[in-house]
Amino acid sequence: MSETIVEVKDLCQFFPVRSSIGKKGYIHAVDHVSLKLMSGETFGLVGESGCGKSTLGRTILRLYRPTSGKIFYNGNDITNANMKTYRRKMQMIFQDPSASLNPRMTIGQIIEEPLKNYHLFSEPMKRKERVFELLNQVGLNKDQIDRYPHEFSGGQQQRVGIARTLAVEPEFIVCDEPISALDVSIQSQIINMLEEMQEKRNLTYLFIAHDISVVRHISHYIGVMFLGQIVEMAKSNELVKNPLHPYTQILMSSVPIPDPDLAKNKKRIILDGELPSPIDPSPGCRFVTRCPYVKECNGRCKEETPELREITSGHFVACFKCQE
Amino acid sequence: MLLFKKRNQRDQQKNLRLQSVISRFMGNPLAVLGLILFSVILLATLSVGFFLDYEQSALAFNIPQRLVPPNGTNWFGTDEMGRDEFARILFGARYTLSVGFVSTLFAVIVGGIFGAVSGYFGGITDNIIMRIMEIMMCLPSMILAIAIVVALGGSILNMVVAVGISNVPKFARIVRSSVMGVRNTEYVQAAQIIGTPFIPLLFRHILRNCMGPVIVQATLIFAMSILSISSLSFLGLGIQAPTPEWGNMLSDGKDYMRGNAYLVLAPGLAIFFSIFSLNLIGDGLRDALDPRMDI
Repeated sequence: MSETIVEVKDLCQFFPVRSSIGKKGYIHAVDHVSLKLMSGETFGLVGESGCGKSTLGRTILRLYRPTSGKIFYNGNDITNANMKTYRRKMQMIFQDPSASLNPRMTIGQIIEEPLKNYHLFSEPMKRKERVFELLNQVGLNKDQIDRYPHEFSGGQQQRVGIARTLAVEPEFIVCDEPISALDVSIQSQIINMLEEMQEKRNLTYLFIAHDISVVRHISHYIGVMFLGQIVEMAKSNELVKNPLHPYTQILMSSVPIPDPDLAKNKKRIILDGELPSPIDPSPGCRFVTRCPYVKECNGRCKEETPELREITSGHFVACFKCQE
Repeated sequence: MLLFKKRNQRDQQKNLRLQSVISRFMGNPLAVLGLILFSVILLATLSVGFFLDYEQSALAFNIPQRLVPPNGTNWFGTDEMGRDEFARILFGARYTLSVGFVSTLFAVIVGGIFGAVSGYFGGITDNIIMRIMEIMMCLPSMILAIAIVVALGGSILNMVVAVGISNVPKFARIVRSSVMGVRNTEYVQAAQIIGTPFIPLLFRHILRNCMGPVIVQATLIFAMSILSISSLSFLGLGIQAPTPEWGNMLSDGKDYMRGNAYLVLAPGLAIFFSIFSLNLIGDGLRDALDPRMDI
């Protein structure tokens, strides 16, 4: 049985905004989210753009100071801790590889930087050897060390980013849509590489994506996010086979089937209604404006926010209809 | 074909950054023209001390030879005191260029610090610093410079501060806006995540990616500073009369402009060519320093 490595309790991340009239409000980017990540497993986080998945990942790494809630790493409360020591164990892979590499540094310098920051290899020669080793691990050639990021393709840039992440030998990596900016053929290469690394080093991933079909292959556990809240969370097989929350069902129905005959018979649930504003949302279920089952709840979900409850073992849903 | 070959040669040099910047700069004919012009001016300024004696050729009166038009011995003619205009232009460049350079450096450093702090921390710090900068921007730069020189006296150091201080807000604004843009990029967040301490983060990741506009602006401001110093001296507030300086030479020459136009043309053109060449270099550098322009 694996242990909990990262635990998030009631985490909130609000960003202040000012409207044109000068009224102050808060964007509820992450709103009372709790989750647990097991060591050596992948937690997939899906949701539409703007729902706060990236913010959640970045807040866990303390790139932002959380508004409220607690973050634990290996049982230690890191909500207000000095991150210098923890950052060695908690790393991140970014979405846009060309934006996450400093354009004025060679890839050698980029990969060497974390080693220097943590004084991992005092001798420059040994440090260089380690850079070569890392380049080799991510499938890059060692004579490319003096090149600049813009001379590489997107897939290669992402490999450089991964090499930099692996340099300090982390235990936990937030993968913030690491493949959505890449070509489909390269996506699978990067995913396979990430899985390989996980097997070798027993890494834990928080894998953020907006495409559930990618996430279900790599994840052990999947959480579905909608407007700052996790609406459903279950083992990956369970969630794909038996999606309970209407939003998850809609997400699943949007996955294209690569077979035209089957696709003909597929029912697509088309989402209507407006996306409610994330600025100071009114109480009640966030999904209420778009939910196809809104009448079955007898108006309860317009007044009360459903909590995430365990329905069957390991399957959590935040929906009154499903909880009944 | 030749262009193709040149491209290939350039591609091979890419692994060395400095070389690639140089090769890109050299591929720009206007920038090269600017560099040649400025090098000539600079070289002449630096080497003139080896050939001519400062006291003898730039200061000593030679009344019988006064107001001689340009000829073989006196290339730019002589002024109303019979001094060789060419020698005075070269010795004058020492003052004009060095004060201009140091005052620009002063503005870059002071403005850069304010801008970086303001852009990085944002919020109240940003508000306070930027409002101060805006107050400074409201004061006309020439009048501010005149006020400082009049109040503190026309020493070289005061000139540096007087001319530099009105350029501080310009650099502060440029650095601030670039820092604000760069601060939120993913590579700065990535650097934070891999544990880069604050000072290297600021210099290596943020300021390094803001240098392009600063360098371009610095060359332009250098040119403007030359103009400001000359203007101050032209008004008799900067470097004083017997010392050759382009501004006060222009001022002296204007009385003889009708008959001896070369006395105005020589320092005027010296100012013109310095500014012109600096602007060309600035534009060339901007293109060369951005590695993404190469694709």
